[in-house]
Amino acid sequence: MSEPVEILKTPVKLEYTFSAGQSASRFLRAIAEGKLIGQRCPVDGRVYFPTRGSCPQHGVLMAPEPVELSDRGTVVTFSINRVPSENIKLDLPYAPIQVLLDGADTILMHVLGECPIEQVHMGMRVQAVWKPKSEWTTSIGNIKYFKPTGEPDAPFDSYKEHI
Amino acid sequence: MREVAVVAFAQSKSMRREPDRNEVEILIPVIRELREKTGLGIEEIDFICSGSSDYLAGQSFAFVSGLDAVGAWPPVSESHVEMDGAWALYEAWVKIQMGYADVAMVYGFGKPSMGDLPETLALQLDPYVVTPLWPDAISIAALQARLCIEKGVTSERQMAEVAARDRKNALANPYAQVKGEFEVAKLLAEPYLANPLRKHDCSPISDGASAIIIASEKRAKQLAKRPAWIRGFTHICEPQDLGVRDLTRSRSTEIAAEKAGVKKDKIDVAEIYGPFTHQEILVEKALGIGGKTQVNPSGGALAGNPMMAAGLTRIGEAARRIWDGGADRAVAHATSGPCLQQNLICVLEGN
Repeated sequence: MSEPVEILKTPVKLEYTFSAGQSASRFLRAIAEGKLIGQRCPVDGRVYFPTRGSCPQHGVLMAPEPVELSDRGTVVTFSINRVPSENIKLDLPYAPIQVLLDGADTILMHVLGECPIEQVHMGMRVQAVWKPKSEWTTSIGNIKYFKPTGEPDAPFDSYKEHI
Repeated sequence: MREVAVVAFAQSKSMRREPDRNEVEILIPVIRELREKTGLGIEEIDFICSGSSDYLAGQSFAFVSGLDAVGAWPPVSESHVEMDGAWALYEAWVKIQMGYADVAMVYGFGKPSMGDLPETLALQLDPYVVTPLWPDAISIAALQARLCIEKGVTSERQMAEVAARDRKNALANPYAQVKGEFEVAKLLAEPYLANPLRKHDCSPISDGASAIIIASEKRAKQLAKRPAWIRGFTHICEPQDLGVRDLTRSRSTEIAAEKAGVKKDKIDVAEIYGPFTHQEILVEKALGIGGKTQVNPSGGALAGNPMMAAGLTRIGEAARRIWDGGADRAVAHATSGPCLQQNLICVLEGN
């Protein structure tokens, strides 16, 4: 019997010109200028950040007026990561966090820096640490990480809806 | 069998390139129009099914974001087919037949302008011995057209006549992309794209979306004055290997049409999804419809071909003729795969 053919190389390469869409484009253009832009659901008034343009709860277009948000917020939840990742250049262990930005009603995934890992906790007040302006692009990566502000913890009631 | 009818339909304009809207942003106004037409709240829709393709979007699970256009909180009963929305409609119809739903919403959407559609479609072919050659979709269709012409099934003139007819019909369709009065002789004077196909033989590349609501008997009568009752619904598939098929006829359409009972009575309107002119001719022949049938009053796919929605749109366009009394009996056709590999037939009746 002849040897079975075990490998057949058929490379597939397709190129795409991706378009983020009207709403995500507005969000990305703003973040390239250091601004955080959310949008309001016209049904219940909740502010989504980031937004893809529609309210996933009500299936309607977001109100077109941009809602500019603070780069400060509250840690809603966190974990301690000890698994290395090629895409995240932080020293292990680090804390992935979910942040409720002041004025937003949805949470943003990011990471915590400038904080001993054992001190991260729910309700911790944090603020964005931005990359140098010269490195800003249309990316959420313009925010390097969030760091503690030193303010007193936010009361549980202020973020309990987002747990 | 339960009586099920198409009760509402909405679509976006077919566009060669949506300049800045993403799929969800294209879909939202379509679904909103559908819900406004029926007055249905999300809680009144028992089942949602969509058709789209991650290869068109260039990202995995791209269809999940489509649910943002629906509003899926509280959570909804939902499914998806990696096919044209016409097959999503079939799944929804089966769901209603099984008694699991009374009202279902179906949508299809695609934005092929982000990639190279004729290349992307090569991935439908046999992955071991055909796709590595990267035959584009137009070349594959041209091979079939050549066979049809050599066998005397059709001619370049007949193909141009189909293009002229559909583009003329599309003048009355505000959602169509390619429309106008064209002289057959002038069309035939144009250069070949892939011999024997010219540009007019190929459907345009279109971004777009469409959506439909179907309902069981009691709900359908509440939702539409004259529901378009689904009286036959079948889909049939041929093998993937182009060499084992007779490409000069559409056997799967013939079988589907027979099973769906197309010939049981006269057909007033036929909406055919022919991505290429000769394919529209093959389907028309396979349906066995006579000269009294109006073919593609919307202009068909040759006037606008939003990938993953164009088949569903044929069903919506056929239903529309029933609702407005223009037709008592209509047939809608959808196709998928190279050279009419898989075909779906839906027979709609007003009475």
